[in-house]
Amino acid sequence: MSDVLAVTEHRRGELRDVSFEVITAGRELAAETGGELHVAVIGGDTESFADSLNREGVDAIHTVSEGEEFNHDIYAQAVEALHAELDPEVLLTPNSVNGLDYAPAVANSLDLSLATDAVDLDYDDGLTVTREMYGSKVETTIEVGGDQQAVTIRGAEWPAAEGVGDAEVSEFDADIDTDTGSTVTGFEEVGGGDVDISEADFIVSIGRGIEEEENLDLIRDLVDATDATLASSRPIVDNGWLPKNRQVGQSGKVVTPTVYLAIGISGAVQHVAGMKGADNIIAINTDPNAPIFDIADYGIVGDLFEVVPELIEQFEG
Amino acid sequence: MKVLVTVKEVAEVADDFEIEGTEVDERYLEYDLNEWDDYAVEEAVQLKEDGPAEEVVTVTIGPERSEETIRMALAKGADRAVRVWDDALEDVDLLDVETKTNLLQSVVEEEDPDLVLTGVQAGDDAFGATGVSLADELGFQWGAVVNALDYDADEEVAHVHRELEGGVEELTDIEMPAVLTIQTGINEPRYASLRGIRQAQSKEIAPKSLDDLGLDAGAIESDLDLTSMYEPESESDVEIFEGDAGETAGKLAEVLREKGVAE
Ligand SMILES: Cc1cc2nc3c(=O)[nH]c(=O)nc-3n(C[C@H](O)[C@H](O)[C@H](O)COP(=O)(O)OP(=O)(O)OC[C@H]3O[C@@H](n4cnc5c(N)ncnc54)[C@H](O)[C@@H]3O)c2cc1C
Ligand SMILES: Nc1ncnc2c1ncn2[C@@H]1O[C@H](COP(=O)(O)O)[C@@H](O)[C@H]1O
Repeated sequence: MSDVLAVTEHRRGELRDVSFEVITAGRELAAETGGELHVAVIGGDTESFADSLNREGVDAIHTVSEGEEFNHDIYAQAVEALHAELDPEVLLTPNSVNGLDYAPAVANSLDLSLATDAVDLDYDDGLTVTREMYGSKVETTIEVGGDQQAVTIRGAEWPAAEGVGDAEVSEFDADIDTDTGSTVTGFEEVGGGDVDISEADFIVSIGRGIEEEENLDLIRDLVDATDATLASSRPIVDNGWLPKNRQVGQSGKVVTPTVYLAIGISGAVQHVAGMKGADNIIAINTDPNAPIFDIADYGIVGDLFEVVPELIEQFEG
Repeated sequence: MKVLVTVKEVAEVADDFEIEGTEVDERYLEYDLNEWDDYAVEEAVQLKEDGPAEEVVTVTIGPERSEETIRMALAKGADRAVRVWDDALEDVDLLDVETKTNLLQSVVEEEDPDLVLTGVQAGDDAFGATGVSLADELGFQWGAVVNALDYDADEEVAHVHRELEGGVEELTDIEMPAVLTIQTGINEPRYASLRGIRQAQSKEIAPKSLDDLGLDAGAIESDLDLTSMYEPESESDVEIFEGDAGETAGKLAEVLREKGVAE
């Protein structure tokens, strides 16, 4: 019982990036526990998924051919059955929206110690997980005891697994009850419309630091003066101050401009997921400890209501 | 239908702060109603105002201090509250998902609601897992990261949207009883009115100890042990512009011109 079981994820026919990251995390961990790395793929075109998942360091791939898309009842049953069969020490899943829709249930039902949103894993006689708290302002290490553990891993923290492996691929018969209490009836794309911020070269993005809807005029003036594209963090869209197609982040758009100017944005992980690929990140924030400064190239520790008018002046004056 | 909403009082860390051992020093913490739970409370209150729900009860695991936050939820329209606390919890430095599941489960079984709403995550410890874990423990159905909810009272089915990554929403039908974890943006949380605040003063906040819930110390034994806390290392070499607003804006403008994105 020193093996690692990593569960992958796909949507609408494609494996998601985090599937390859969870393999890397699993491979590194298995090297430390001295066990094998087992990878599971559930639903969809399992055969071709298994082909792509056969990367270096994977010892075995288990396919469960049940359903096309994610359904948490199916995933929970499949993972629980596989867990019973393989008896791994650590279960790894993505800390994605779907990962969080089944991993806590599996952990509870199998009595696994659960640590979510891990950014680092260490194993030395026992498992230690690094995770953040307080909107990424502090990092913590947690020793995760118990006989067996479940850990969800944060996306984009581990590199994607590469190379070609020689894993044994086998179909696992999980004996799944398909009479589930929840039924997925479809998908809907949101955030369409006339502007596509993902094409922009210079983005001025505004966050909760703006405080009031009326104050957005100040940012609009800056956007006009610099010919930038306006975007925002989630709370601005949640409040209905800007349309959904302006939202940058995990549940919004991914942008890769030359310059991303983040004003009054703290830099929560779900926001960063949408803009960390920008060539230059510049932040204006009153909080010198705001996590946005950890990924910024340039910064102003200051009040946006003082800095932004001066900045407008620079381009109008 | 009866709706139970889990409500956490979360700590926010001040701009500048110090870490003492494995905690942020109390002086630098400010407490507030968890943002995600604010949306969950609003959703429950709207279910009551629109008909399907008869009663909205909140449950909080928290010390006496959290009553201020609980009153806020009551002022926004919840009917009454349950607050779980125990001396034995004073020394626990990390309430993990399993512990929260055990405590909340006992309250749910006592209250017997048809629908439980939690937040997607707590702003401070951000496990993002308590709702789904609780559902499993209760044998309820569930849905995580719900950003639209349409309850069909005749069928006793919740038609929900689950917000996936990248602007895609999953449409799902969930049978009752169920736990839904509520995402921000699902509604517009109201401000507590003066009348609401006055009324909240006379609403019940029932305290519950482990004993009251029929639990022993085993229910709060955690496998997670917080061993260190520190400020994360910066991943970039950020250049901070020094000076007053005019000077810093000037330097920033220079960078924008240099990068060729503004003239
Ligand atoms: C499943 C899930 C998906 C999510 N998806 C997204 C997403 O796609 N996009 C997204 O953005 N978020 C997303 N979030 C929310 C995310 O966790 C944060 O809550 C959000 O990004 C915070 O936005 P913010 O930085 O604007 O606000 P806050 O975190 O409140 O930060 C406001 C910042 O403004 C600063 N400030 C205040 N006043 C001033 C001033 N006068 N001048 C300068 N600075 C000031 C403060 O110091 C603070 O750093 C998601 C969360 C979950 C759980
Ligand atoms: N101490 C608590 N008291 C009441 N509800 C809680 C508590 N901790 C977590 N919850 C609920 O569970 C949700 C998810 O929390 P977490 O899994 O800790 O991120 C929160 O939004 C709350 O609704």
